[in-house]
Amino acid sequence: MAEQEFKIDDTVDVTDVKCPTTFVKAKVALEELDEGQILAVRLNDGEPVQNVPRSLKEEGHEILKLNDNQDGTFTLIVKKVGD
Amino acid sequence: MATDYATLKKGGWMRQKQKNNFSLRVRVVGGNLTATQLAKIAEVAEKYGQGYAHLTSRQSVEIPFIKLENVDDVKNALAEGGVEPGVCGPRVRTITACQGEAVCPSGCIDTYAIAKELDDRYFARELPHKFKFGVTGCQNNCLKAEENDVGIKGAIKVKWLESACIGCGVCAKACRRSAIRIENKKVLFDESKCNYCGRCYKSCPTDAWEATHGYIISFGGLFGNSINKGETIIPFVEDKHKLLEICDAAISFFAENANPGERFKFTIDRIGHDVFAQKIKDAYNNTP
Repeated sequence: MAEQEFKIDDTVDVTDVKCPTTFVKAKVALEELDEGQILAVRLNDGEPVQNVPRSLKEEGHEILKLNDNQDGTFTLIVKKVGD
Repeated sequence: MATDYATLKKGGWMRQKQKNNFSLRVRVVGGNLTATQLAKIAEVAEKYGQGYAHLTSRQSVEIPFIKLENVDDVKNALAEGGVEPGVCGPRVRTITACQGEAVCPSGCIDTYAIAKELDDRYFARELPHKFKFGVTGCQNNCLKAEENDVGIKGAIKVKWLESACIGCGVCAKACRRSAIRIENKKVLFDESKCNYCGRCYKSCPTDAWEATHGYIISFGGLFGNSINKGETIIPFVEDKHKLLEICDAAISFFAENANPGERFKFTIDRIGHDVFAQKIKDAYNNTP
């Protein structure tokens, strides 16, 4: 698993909601973390994977990686930036 | 004194079926009206019309059932709210635009700014026939650029920045043209497939695409009695000054060559696509 490259502090699954709730759910999960901590976000293919990475980046967070889980979902690794 | 319908039509007064009744078209740029303008239009429609306004197919507003004897009073009343009459007939018509990058996440250009500039430059210019400009912000083409005599579509030309890329592949997913493949975390970009939509650049979470904003210009579009999709001559124009020079060249070609009542497409057909294309290329290359 590529996630092992990073120490994951928390995980959120947003495959049960649709855009823009995907982004909101990921954003809320990031709010629970401290600066520098790392969140893994499980996303569906299609709209979520095309939009959520950029939206989180625009919130100021750092995107580290996107892993294809080969089951129609992806795991986005994000580092929290700012409080 | 006989009523000068041609002059009224020129000033946006559309003669109705009902004798001595006019539907007044107001000047709108890029589909935007201020709240003050809307309030004044509402007031005039209540006072001088039948209490309603009509939204035209090209982003203008008409106030129907204005009586001939009230034409001057209506003009003065509208002026108080910053509303001017529009135009009809053989001249440059309402410049239409979508909301563009100022508002829309998909937008690649500031469509309103372009529409305003075109309006300042050309609005109501007398020509052999009607002439329509439309400005759309991106490949989604909400404003239907190619149905206009001159259509302008926002575009983004991209260049991959390897040093900023984490190889996540989001751009390849966002691309609708299969122009991007990821191999061993590296982007393989086939520019020949790119339609300048900018989706790779917009979706990238690490700013690994460098973007150049520009315009795709189409000529000779029609969507009335005849239907024709405007054609593109130069694939991508990145400079706004060049864009305006190309618009100048197109409108001059029409003014010089069109027969009265002949739409741009038919002028191009009659004079020759190659002749017209050369004019546009000369304007682009600055060799008049």
